[in-house]
Amino acid sequence: MADSIIHPDDDGVDRRGFLRCMAWAGTGMAWIAGAGILKSAPLPRLGQAADSSLAKGDFVFAQLSDSHIGFAKDANKDVVSTLQAAIGRIQSLPVAPDFLIHTGDLTHLSKPEEFDTLQQVLLSARVGQVFYVPGEHDVLADDGRQYLERYGKGTKGSGWFSFDHKGVHFIGLVNVVNLKAGGLGNLGAEQLEWLEKDLKSRASSTPIVVFAHIPLWSVYPDWGWGTDDSAQALRYLKRFGSVTVMNGHIHQTLQKIEGHVTFHTAASTAFPQPAPGAAPSPGPMTVPAAQLGSLLGLTDVTFVRRSHALAIVDHTLA
Amino acid sequence: MNTLRTGTYALAIIALLGTSPALRASYAPAGQEAKPAKEPPKAVAIDIDNFKFGVVSLNVAAGTTVTWTNRDDVPHTIVSLTKVFKSPALDTGDPFSFTFKDAGTFEYYCSMHPRMTGKIVVK
Repeated sequence: MADSIIHPDDDGVDRRGFLRCMAWAGTGMAWIAGAGILKSAPLPRLGQAADSSLAKGDFVFAQLSDSHIGFAKDANKDVVSTLQAAIGRIQSLPVAPDFLIHTGDLTHLSKPEEFDTLQQVLLSARVGQVFYVPGEHDVLADDGRQYLERYGKGTKGSGWFSFDHKGVHFIGLVNVVNLKAGGLGNLGAEQLEWLEKDLKSRASSTPIVVFAHIPLWSVYPDWGWGTDDSAQALRYLKRFGSVTVMNGHIHQTLQKIEGHVTFHTAASTAFPQPAPGAAPSPGPMTVPAAQLGSLLGLTDVTFVRRSHALAIVDHTLA
Repeated sequence: MNTLRTGTYALAIIALLGTSPALRASYAPAGQEAKPAKEPPKAVAIDIDNFKFGVVSLNVAAGTTVTWTNRDDVPHTIVSLTKVFKSPALDTGDPFSFTFKDAGTFEYYCSMHPRMTGKIVVK
């Protein structure tokens, strides 16, 4: 199975750091970022990922995205199975995640039975705590009222919130409601105001993780893959030394590093979508059954305190 | 005797009936349809495919019913910018109809995929 790593580290990567990255990777490519430059090095097979015990204060969290419970077309007739496979993959990680984040499109049509099924699958798999942000498929019918009834506790507005975990500040943003005709994703003035206040008292050395459904950078505007007012949010985040932006929506992994900000999108657990511009539209992409697993997946992130670094590893289901 | 008069009346009635279009139509030779006066269509269909409205700008007469049908594998919505109409989420194959009684320009978009826009111009 294919795993890939991003390891942004402002100090650059010395030999010891490089070896640490290699230990995380397992198989595949290691992407190492130093001063905004991405370098890659192919890795030999290491069998079991090496360092399965973390230092105190370090932790792992995992990201699931775009489960689309209720979808049952050609691209994947059984999205519950592939979600369960993704959860199984999480459960076999060398270090158990402290919690999960779900970056939206939990359901396909915002139906109560779809939300119920997702809840049942996650509960019975005992994945522990999950933090959610909605996708555009989760706020149909009632402007997101049902989503908020289930996942709105402790959130503001259409479901945004923040929390701290072992010194890292996590922010969940909602960019899928009140979308304007002809536009892209939208955060809105109220949420941006809240974000500015939320960050004001934080030291610039606090590592920040922001997650939202639609990418907060311009991946491919023609297909709606971007957020109209994310530049404002990124201005508030500019002073922080380590910012990681985690999104979904595009059903494929993409990454970009800009200064101290790492942007990353996760694969879907339900169905793949074409690469930007590679098809007439961004709809579900049907592939041969044997290939499906390699295009679905999840992401795990390791935070290492002593280097303020986050190592992002994408896992496919193949 | 009134037979002649009755007969004349009968002939007159038949002649009158003979001039009616309905009768003319029913006596038209097989294979030839009587042509009614041309009228604009009262119902127009728009397909939604590949994240696009099949006809982006459509001109219709007042009283026309427009029916959108979603052909994509993902749901879409049809939402008027001036809140005149708003569809539920349309899954694949689901239709949504609206009858445009008033003249005007009605812009709309998909609230899930807002880059999808269209308009109906009603005269």
